[in-house]
Amino acid sequence: MKRKMIKKIMGFGTAMLVAGMLAGCSTAKTASKGNAAGKTIKIGVNMELSGAAAGYGNSQKQGIQMAVDQINKNGGINVDGKKKKVSLIIRDNKTSTSTSASVAAQLVNKDKVNAIVGPATTNAGTAQIPNITKAAVPSVSPSATDPNYTLQKSGKVQPYVFRACYQNNFQGSTAAKFAYTNLKAKRVAVLADNSSDYGTGLAKAFKKAYKGKIAASQYFQEGDKDFNAILTSFKNKKIDAIYAPGYYSEIGLIVKQARQAGINVPIIGSDGMADPKLAQIAGNENATNVYYTTPFSTRVANQNGTAKKFMKAFKEQYNEEAPTFSALAYDSVYMIKKAIENEKSADSAKIAEGLTKIKNFDGVTGKITIDSKHNANKPIVVETLSNGKVSAATEIK
Amino acid sequence: MQIFFQQVINGLSLGSIYALLALGYTMVYGIIKLINFAHGDIYMLGAFWGYYVINVWHFNFMLALLSAMVVCGICGVIIEYLAYRPLRHSPRITALITAIGVSFFLENGMAYLFGSNARDFPQVVKQVNYDIGGVRISNIQLEILITSCVLMLILQLIIKRTKMGRAMRAVSVDNAAAELVGVDLNRTISFTFALGSSMAGAAGVMIGLYYNSIDPLMGLTPGIKAFVAAVVGGIGSVPGASLGGFLIGLLETLVQSIGLSAYKDAVVYVVLIVILLIRPMGIFGKNVKEKV
Repeated sequence: MKRKMIKKIMGFGTAMLVAGMLAGCSTAKTASKGNAAGKTIKIGVNMELSGAAAGYGNSQKQGIQMAVDQINKNGGINVDGKKKKVSLIIRDNKTSTSTSASVAAQLVNKDKVNAIVGPATTNAGTAQIPNITKAAVPSVSPSATDPNYTLQKSGKVQPYVFRACYQNNFQGSTAAKFAYTNLKAKRVAVLADNSSDYGTGLAKAFKKAYKGKIAASQYFQEGDKDFNAILTSFKNKKIDAIYAPGYYSEIGLIVKQARQAGINVPIIGSDGMADPKLAQIAGNENATNVYYTTPFSTRVANQNGTAKKFMKAFKEQYNEEAPTFSALAYDSVYMIKKAIENEKSADSAKIAEGLTKIKNFDGVTGKITIDSKHNANKPIVVETLSNGKVSAATEIK
Repeated sequence: MQIFFQQVINGLSLGSIYALLALGYTMVYGIIKLINFAHGDIYMLGAFWGYYVINVWHFNFMLALLSAMVVCGICGVIIEYLAYRPLRHSPRITALITAIGVSFFLENGMAYLFGSNARDFPQVVKQVNYDIGGVRISNIQLEILITSCVLMLILQLIIKRTKMGRAMRAVSVDNAAAELVGVDLNRTISFTFALGSSMAGAAGVMIGLYYNSIDPLMGLTPGIKAFVAAVVGGIGSVPGASLGGFLIGLLETLVQSIGLSAYKDAVVYVVLIVILLIRPMGIFGKNVKEKV
């Protein structure tokens, strides 16, 4: 009898809990639109800290943390003459779309954040849009590159979705131009990451813009380690170059295995490769004749004051060269700061308005202007690797 | 023709890794009818152990390989003792779900402790390429092929020629009867886990050296492919697992070489479905009627 009672109570408790959670999911109604700012400015981070994209997510977290620490050290953000500190609320979306949606709901409804940085991937980013739009809280993704990420199905722009990186079409067509004009490659093999919008999107953009012949087109999955079979099949195709858009963990292996198989043609990639780990995985002697498009070049950075300061501070804090992802995340935070200062308000709806007006913002990754589709426009460079080190950086117009 | 032989070499070096992993699946299944989904993650542990001892204790490759086999063997025994032994008499599905749980635990535990970034494995063996009639083969590929063949032979000897091996075979036929004639059930099962896990550990270190990149999720896909290999060869059969591993490796290479790389994983799973429909006991498996 007693046991039955306990069971009943437990059941009731569970029901209550579930009800509570469901209630938590519904949007809180406030008098004005969005989350108003309190004593501190709350920035939420919806980030891939575990799961498949955790490598990029954790790099971005470092950049975000560093930006916020710097802002707070300097007294905070100036909101209409009053300095307010920034508090960070970091939540892990586990590289999962459903978790990303619930993390976004928690951030905007429970934590009442004023703006969100993240997520790193387009898939997780798209999943959070309904929740943040309902709550009128803007988000800046450091690295969601899909062209449609900031757009609604109808083609209209998503009012609360921004990014700090290029969109795929821009980067893919630049690589195509570079391969055809600068490298004089007439036959190119495309080897793209099939498991992300990033890889497939870039491959598509490259193929569309490339004027030469696509001699072969193959795909791999994230986490693949063996590319020998694909590379061997490229061998008798008489290719002048390989275009391999993807992230450094796989492209590093492709570079290594291509060179070991005796394929010495140029390998061109995208900003997912811009990480010192690429040369570590590929081996310095193999990482030669390798090119990639990137907004953020350690060489160009030396001429840019903001970037130089960032590189130095990053090295001091984390004892490694700053990866692109950290730089993009760092810029995302400062873009939000800029929007707050311009609008003289840290209310979430106002921040969204401010973000649309960012022009010639002096970021680590170049001068950023947000266009009408909420993309970050900034100069692009192609970096060349020789013996694992960046040996040249070419600006492509 | 050169390209063809090159692809065969590629397929064999990939297949030998699947074969080593498949052995662990097949032995554990043969003995306690459990598909140990955490097996791929033991392979990851082996790779990380190799990374650690080479970087910190400056082991040479052979020593790293052997120590990884010992460490992974111990891990396998511990996992069996903590996770599967208490469930020995529960329904099979319970143990299966537990295996998936252990797999998640190992993956995310390692990601939590050491970060989920891909790391570069220290290159203790300098790569040398040999050119035989236009076909390139590296010393590392040869080493992987030879080491895995030697390990498979040793395993076969242990199972066929030693007392423990006889006990293993007895338990796999009928564990109650084996216990009646004096076979120590727990010890035999522990030993099987140790053997299978040490094979996975060896595979981990070799993969680390070969591809030069390790991460906490590296065991996921090879683990599932090795499971397919074990089923194709006939789950429970040791020679079947080796053959299945090589077959899957060659098949994957073939699919990629004809330009269908986007479907390479799909083809492997299609093979699994076809085998399960046409010959569920696999190539070398015996069709044993289960007693009711």
